[in-house]
Amino acid sequence: MLNQLTISELSHRLAKREVSSREATQACLDHIQRIDTQLHAFLSFMAEDALAQADAADREFASAAAPRPLLGIPVAIKDVIAVRNQPLNCGSKILGNFISPYDATVIRKLKEAGAVVFGRLNMDEFAMGSSTENSAFGPTRNPWDLSRVPGGSSGGTAAAVAADECIAALGSDTGGSVRQPASFCGCVGLKPTYGRVSRFGLVAYASSLDQIGPMTKSVADSARMLHAISGWDEHDSTSVPEAVPDYNQLLEGGIKGLKLGLPKEYLVGGLDPEVSQATMAAVKQLQQLGAEIVEISLPHTDYAVATYYIIATAEASANLARFDGVRYCSRVPGADPIEMYGKTRGAGFGPEVKRRIILGTYVLSSGYYDAYYLRAQKVRTLIRQDFLQAFEKVDALITPTAPTAAFKAGEKIDDPLQMYLCDIFTLSCNLAGICGLSLPCGFTSNPKLPIGIQLLGRHFGEATLLKIAHAYEQSTPWHREKPPLATPPAAQP
Amino acid sequence: MAADEIDINYVANLARLQLTPAEAEKLKPQLGQILHYFHKLDQLDVSRIEPTAHAMPRVNVMRPDQVTASLSQPDALRNAPAQINGLFMVPKIVE
Repeated sequence: MLNQLTISELSHRLAKREVSSREATQACLDHIQRIDTQLHAFLSFMAEDALAQADAADREFASAAAPRPLLGIPVAIKDVIAVRNQPLNCGSKILGNFISPYDATVIRKLKEAGAVVFGRLNMDEFAMGSSTENSAFGPTRNPWDLSRVPGGSSGGTAAAVAADECIAALGSDTGGSVRQPASFCGCVGLKPTYGRVSRFGLVAYASSLDQIGPMTKSVADSARMLHAISGWDEHDSTSVPEAVPDYNQLLEGGIKGLKLGLPKEYLVGGLDPEVSQATMAAVKQLQQLGAEIVEISLPHTDYAVATYYIIATAEASANLARFDGVRYCSRVPGADPIEMYGKTRGAGFGPEVKRRIILGTYVLSSGYYDAYYLRAQKVRTLIRQDFLQAFEKVDALITPTAPTAAFKAGEKIDDPLQMYLCDIFTLSCNLAGICGLSLPCGFTSNPKLPIGIQLLGRHFGEATLLKIAHAYEQSTPWHREKPPLATPPAAQP
Repeated sequence: MAADEIDINYVANLARLQLTPAEAEKLKPQLGQILHYFHKLDQLDVSRIEPTAHAMPRVNVMRPDQVTASLSQPDALRNAPAQINGLFMVPKIVE
């Protein structure tokens, strides 16, 4: 089954011309056809367009001496990143029949690397949520247990990768939206350092926190995707002109002598016992691989959720002002523009987006700005300093990705604060602007659900994270396990 | 400090977001609870701390003042809810 391969495996077989990109792309499309009515990871895909890209790749394989790094690899895209001539809805009703007029920079780069860019992956509306239940097009389910959520907001992306509906995919991460679903579905999710990857063509949720990141079946694939999409971009003034190392070449070499910090604030109340056990087992494994484990402290951890939700909602309320029915959106007519904006936005946005816009507007409003927004920005400084101080002592931090494995659909949907607390281990990384990676580190026993471990690294420390993750992955079996839904019916026991 | 009483309809109007009475009713206690949680930050003394707006602060990001290709008019208008004479059409603004 070609759709089950990693980028490295498929690339290798394509280069030897054992298989074609058309066959691999068709395998993904067939698998989507077979299982996606149950999973609902994809909002849409254009089969003919994907196969035409695959054919072009196959022609290049026939003629070119050195294939481009992602040539012929089917890569699916979260519905928040613009792909020219494809729909863009951000999991929302408000955009109606929007078709992207241009490619995001990451898409241009994926195409330049030769990838077959296809499909629109489901997500929480405007990336606001931790379960993909906030999609206006209905929820995505967890491929390990269809009664559970895949995490969010990149839940469709994580589910599609874990269930082998594509070879790799791109998500976006504002407070954990790549890493938390990667942990819930059992794949590798990387949030790059703020500014590492261009945000041009990513629909903004919270501009000072958003980053696009790869979701893959292996750490080596994550390195390859990151290498393809990274770098300064004239279209994003917050992208950073820092050299992009060849992450693929820096994976090997082991982790002997690296110092890993275990933040004591992350191993306290609310942590599921099985998650805690899997985390400690992973720590032990890394120790056996030669890493030195040091307990460290991030004293302002307890304030991260409040800080994050003030800053993120404030930025969201400003960013989402553009969805007003003037240049795009399903317009609801009004007697004057003000009425038109209010009606268009009232009809188009779902409940969580409304909640966050109202919250964000409130914390920025006259009389409350200092008490909420300014204070949160100051606490953000403290949180950032915690990490800078920790990285003076250690090379990376190791934590659980989420306090629990995937929870049941419907369990937290009516309790927004409980839902926000799901992100407790992931959102500090965005506030500090550092990089983070989640990878599989075990399973719960009954039901069997993936557990993820998170590595956090210095600004532009992705190579170190990938090296640690690769060493761990190569010495553990977790990444080889497939969810029941990914297995073809004939092969099921 | 207790959470502030939030005037939902006032804030919704600032946000240009029309809510139904049922939506406003449901949001009010939820927002109250979340704002109450936000006051956790009052426990910290931040009087001598500088605010962080961006994690990777960059200042004076400039580019050469050169004319380059931009979105074509058909592309820019492609998703317009209403258009006329190659322009976006909106309800009348001035009497």
